[in-house]
Amino acid sequence: MTLEIAVAAALFIGVLAYALFGGADFGSGFFDLTAGGAARGAEMRSQIDHSIGPVWEANHVWLIFCLVTWWTGFPASFAAVMTTLFVPLVLALAGIVLRGAAFAFRKYAASIGQARVYGAVFAGSSLITPFFLGAVAGAIASGRVPAEGYGDRWSSWLHATSVFGGVIAVGTCAFLAGVFLCADAERAGHDRLVASLRRRTLGVGAATGLVVFVALVPIQHDAPTLAHGLERQAAPLIVVSGVAGLLTLLLLWRRRFRVARISALVAVATVISGWGVGQYPWLLVDEVRIADAGGADATLVGLLVAVGCAAVVVLPPLVALLWFTQSGAGTTGPGGPRRRTGAGAG
Amino acid sequence: MVSVLAEPAGLLPAREQMALSLGWHIVLAAFGVAFPAFIFVVHRRGLGGDPVALRLARRWSKVAAVLFAIGAVSGTVLSFEMGLLWPGLMGRFGDVLGLPFAFEGLSFFTEAIFLGLYLYGWDRLPARLHLWCLLPMMAAGVFGSYCVLAANAWMNMPTGFTLTSSGKVTDVHPWQAMFNGRAFLQFAHMWLGAYMLVGFVVAAVYAAGRLRGRDDPHHRLGLAVPLRFASVAAILQPVVGHILGMALGDIQPSKLAAFELATTTEQPAPLRIGGLLINGKAEGYLEIPKWGSFIARGSFSKPVRGLDTFSPDELPPINTTHVAFQAMVGIGTLLAVAVVIYWLARWRGRDLADHRWALRCLVLAGPLAVLALECGWVATEVGRQPWTVFGILRTVDAAGDNPGLWWVFSGVAVVYLGMTVGAWMVLRSMARRWRAGEEELPSPYGPAPEEVAR
Repeated sequence: MTLEIAVAAALFIGVLAYALFGGADFGSGFFDLTAGGAARGAEMRSQIDHSIGPVWEANHVWLIFCLVTWWTGFPASFAAVMTTLFVPLVLALAGIVLRGAAFAFRKYAASIGQARVYGAVFAGSSLITPFFLGAVAGAIASGRVPAEGYGDRWSSWLHATSVFGGVIAVGTCAFLAGVFLCADAERAGHDRLVASLRRRTLGVGAATGLVVFVALVPIQHDAPTLAHGLERQAAPLIVVSGVAGLLTLLLLWRRRFRVARISALVAVATVISGWGVGQYPWLLVDEVRIADAGGADATLVGLLVAVGCAAVVVLPPLVALLWFTQSGAGTTGPGGPRRRTGAGAG
Repeated sequence: MVSVLAEPAGLLPAREQMALSLGWHIVLAAFGVAFPAFIFVVHRRGLGGDPVALRLARRWSKVAAVLFAIGAVSGTVLSFEMGLLWPGLMGRFGDVLGLPFAFEGLSFFTEAIFLGLYLYGWDRLPARLHLWCLLPMMAAGVFGSYCVLAANAWMNMPTGFTLTSSGKVTDVHPWQAMFNGRAFLQFAHMWLGAYMLVGFVVAAVYAAGRLRGRDDPHHRLGLAVPLRFASVAAILQPVVGHILGMALGDIQPSKLAAFELATTTEQPAPLRIGGLLINGKAEGYLEIPKWGSFIARGSFSKPVRGLDTFSPDELPPINTTHVAFQAMVGIGTLLAVAVVIYWLARWRGRDLADHRWALRCLVLAGPLAVLALECGWVATEVGRQPWTVFGILRTVDAAGDNPGLWWVFSGVAVVYLGMTVGAWMVLRSMARRWRAGEEELPSPYGPAPEEVAR
């Protein structure tokens, strides 16, 4: 394995982690947005706050990890993407900023009126960000980013692959969020909430699965290199994704939410990996190969040292945080001590 | 090269946007660096059996939750902007200066994880373990700010690579770039600056409370802890700043000339306090003979190189650089003198914080510390112009050529204004509800529970 491939693999692990964990946080915006009015949606919104509150910042750092690894490891291709896909990246960034700020403000908002404003911003921007990041992925995967950068600022992402990429990103985020929220709500004993979440997650999951497989058709001529890879080296991943997706729907149907979390992660992880493996060996499809994109060797080695440090220093506490919040250790349900005050336990 | 260089469309708005987003984020970054230490002190005291301190730790951790959230997203903006606004820098030098950013990412990770554990851990984690969650955050603050300052120091004194005659970057040594000779001093300067900013700002909040008649153990502790941190930092800062500045004459003589408003080379050079450059002449300053040489070069006889020895296209905007630098030094000196007076009085058995005038000064010290930090960044960043990588890459060549940047800048300005107003309103309302005895601050997701129950 060359240095370039090793760094690209580390970068892709970051993309995958962000898509799964960051994605599940963004996806909760869909359920927040569709939870209904203040009275009806209070239970759902409290659950969402409880579920993503402690973890969203940590999950968000995967994006920073991806950015710094990319510009340090493959600097020229980073600049090429940033100059070409300026518009979707700015819009995704706007979503990131508004989502994070509004989420934090809503938690401590003074009144229900203010909380509704912040909540609407939080939920709306939670959908914007995955869409535009998905569109960026679609543009890279369909060969729209020229190696020297400054590709067309509009046509580079306004095409079938990017649009499908965006829709799939929103759908997979919402699907993951739904499955995790089902498990959280069940553990907290909120039966009515579980029923509503289960219904919606089944719908989102079925629709997203359908879109993923429908997208394979326009990709044939819109992104031939990716389509070629998907039919060959990435084909097993697509099959696994389909199986895991159906299994998740079945588990949701049978109310086996805890297990469904795992199959949902597998289903989404294989979709994302399908894209990555499908476009291999290209970093920017049809333009730059991974092997030719690397920065200085000494820097790639340094990056791998940083990644190694991260694996030792960051992963154990990250796992501890996710386990601690997912297992609900030391608490009885959403709100924890807050629940005593009665708020949100609609 | 004196002719007017063709400026890309992206240059001016990119500069404005970078200044706005960096200037905004740096305040929150300072909180990320210094605030965990403050919380640690009061939390530890609280575990020792002081309920006032424990309540303060709980409240501060809620404030930290809000500030760190907007700090995380405004930091992300900067990451994106490195590529969106400065593709010429990142595309060409990404693998030279990228490594410290990679390690900064690592410390950001640590900070976010332990922040999550700490906030979620109240009443859930064992008390000691919970308190210790703050220690990795403090360590991440030190390491992370070193990394960012290392990258910035590299831009001031580029090293760790060779340029071929055609301008290609070869022979890259990323570790040399990351541990460059200026990095540690720049880090120390910023680290102390962060403790000054957060210390004086938090002390100002409680000083304002006492001025409004809330003279209770809660406000006394809330003032005492940050004031101690700020005092130590404010007294050390002039020393560190001076040592950092002494090498400037060798590394960035054009920046030094602008700092000192030195129109011509003088040996020894006077210290010029105040003043502006008007039509090429320095005017309206107060002159102290020889002291310019001593402060800038560490000797009463060494020369300070004058602005007239540089080609005009190698000079930064003089007045902005000069005024920002002197404002930073002036405020820093003022704050250092003020805390020395305060602690001398304390030593003599008098607490000046019992006097309203002293509390008023403390309220003023908060915004002044923010202003000093901002001026410091303006001085170093504007003073580096017209270079992004000093002597190597001009800012015109680092900028992209994007015609839509003014729209983006306007959007950014609106969003940041909104975030400022939002944060202000939320923090004010938290304080109001705390004063009303509402300790837990339940989130208002729905109408009051009794209404729902009906």
